[in-house]
Amino acid sequence: MAATATGPLTYSTIALGDGLKKALAMPRADIIAEITASALKGRGGAGFPTGLKFNFAAAQQADEKYVICNADEGEPGTFKDRVILSDYADLVFEGMTIAARAIGAQRGIVYLRGEYTYLRQHLEDVLAARRAQGLLGKDVAGVQGFDFDINIFVGAGAYVCGEETALIESLEGYRGEPRNRPPFPVSSGFLGKPSTVNNVETLANVACILAKGADWFKRMGTSTSTGHKLLSISGDCKSPGVYEFPLGTTVAEILHEVGGEDAKAVQVGGASGICLPPSQFGRSIAFEDVPTGGSVIVIGPQRDLLKVLHNFLEFFVDESCGQCTPCRLGNRKLLEGVEMLQRGECSVAYLKELLALGETMQVASKCGLGQSSPNAFISIVTNFGDEIMGRTAEPVL
Amino acid sequence: MLVTEQERLASEIRELTKELGNDRSALVPILKEIKLRHSTIDPYAMQVIADLLDIHPVEVYSVASFYSFLAGARQGEFVFRLCRTICCDMRGKDRVARQLENELGIHFGETTSDGKFTLEWANCMGMCDQGPALLVNETIYTQVTPEKVHAIVEECRATFGVLAPEHKKEYAEWPLQLRVR
Repeated sequence: MAATATGPLTYSTIALGDGLKKALAMPRADIIAEITASALKGRGGAGFPTGLKFNFAAAQQADEKYVICNADEGEPGTFKDRVILSDYADLVFEGMTIAARAIGAQRGIVYLRGEYTYLRQHLEDVLAARRAQGLLGKDVAGVQGFDFDINIFVGAGAYVCGEETALIESLEGYRGEPRNRPPFPVSSGFLGKPSTVNNVETLANVACILAKGADWFKRMGTSTSTGHKLLSISGDCKSPGVYEFPLGTTVAEILHEVGGEDAKAVQVGGASGICLPPSQFGRSIAFEDVPTGGSVIVIGPQRDLLKVLHNFLEFFVDESCGQCTPCRLGNRKLLEGVEMLQRGECSVAYLKELLALGETMQVASKCGLGQSSPNAFISIVTNFGDEIMGRTAEPVL
Repeated sequence: MLVTEQERLASEIRELTKELGNDRSALVPILKEIKLRHSTIDPYAMQVIADLLDIHPVEVYSVASFYSFLAGARQGEFVFRLCRTICCDMRGKDRVARQLENELGIHFGETTSDGKFTLEWANCMGMCDQGPALLVNETIYTQVTPEKVHAIVEECRATFGVLAPEHKKEYAEWPLQLRVR
């Protein structure tokens, strides 16, 4: 299922335990320095520098700290964490252990989305094996005074819980509604204690970087987006699945690899991402160009983009936590707008109003959900105006 | 609810708090377990949980109604959740949905009158490369076709009633004319 263009996934070339062994032999500051030197950025999509995050958490004085792994992979079109957790769970747990050593945490939590409950037993088995090997529990790997253990928390079906503060609210037993930031979780997270929340892939990469060094990692990718990235590719292509590419790969190269060259559009970044027309297939997947948490949806020539957009907006209307007005009502208005377009009843003046509403949502929403939910609407209206306007009751095709 | 039932439920929840803890962060796991065992979270259960966790019952209701796996009316023993998000949509979820409705005799959002099956929509379940995806309780089925729907429903039906393993033998001894499915 998982493949790269040229061979096995990078993860399968990493010897388990190497990263942890090296990390435990270093002073804590050096672990963070190594991550910082690699310029690793968060793989969940937001792209926050991981080294910086660890640094903030490490600098906090607290009796308890937490390392949280965000396995609430809910972005439509993203499934790479499912593959990582199925095939490379050990690497993720190793990354968490290294992070715990770096920031001085005693407990790790994996927030597994409810839909992935069937993975739980496998993860528990891997954890049990690690405990048996002395890699979790008291005096991890024989290092006096380094106590760390991981448990698994299974979510209950809420997309918004992928947002780090909503995730923490959910862990604490509240509705998954995002918090105001600051304070950020690195200073006041789970139970008010400093907590790092990292994506599954980020933590697996931490283990890789410690095993092979920051220089090795920096040799892949671009100068600002270093390393490799797992992409979940789905939609109208010959071979959907999880692929590894260095960051900076162009959309056209990816389409060629997966057999989706005839695409009329590519949605990068899931429902909250942007929709690229063929003229922009030369753009690259990187934090400085088109960022993504891993989702690439290929949209074939036979698809109706309004139907695609309708599907995305229904998703957001359903998943908005309802806490802030721009997101709760804005998504509904955009959905109504798409329905008007589908009936051919939307004037350009009103469409411009909707675009302005979308921009307001991007700046006024409280969390990433509302800030990014208008992206698809704006990019489809901007890039595919010809296709979506002037519809008649029966599609003219 | 009968007083005896209430007592049984209350003692069950007390046992759960011993296992999962009685601090606020145990709330979601407790609610999930109650939902799993009883297919619903009764208002009485919410009150008992609130009491044991020392919070207001409204807080419990607020959380229980927020999460899609906890919210809603009593569900069937088998909860069918069909993914409706884009990739599964592109791979033909509409036809699978129609066939599910045909097989179960209910619409989306409904439960069969025998309380066995509930049919619901779900948002992206992370099976975008293998859609359409269908989650039945905690089991995931991928690349579901209208034809496969029947087999999945039959698989569930084979676990209860006259088709259940414990009844199979008696069933085989029934006169032939009664053995009509």
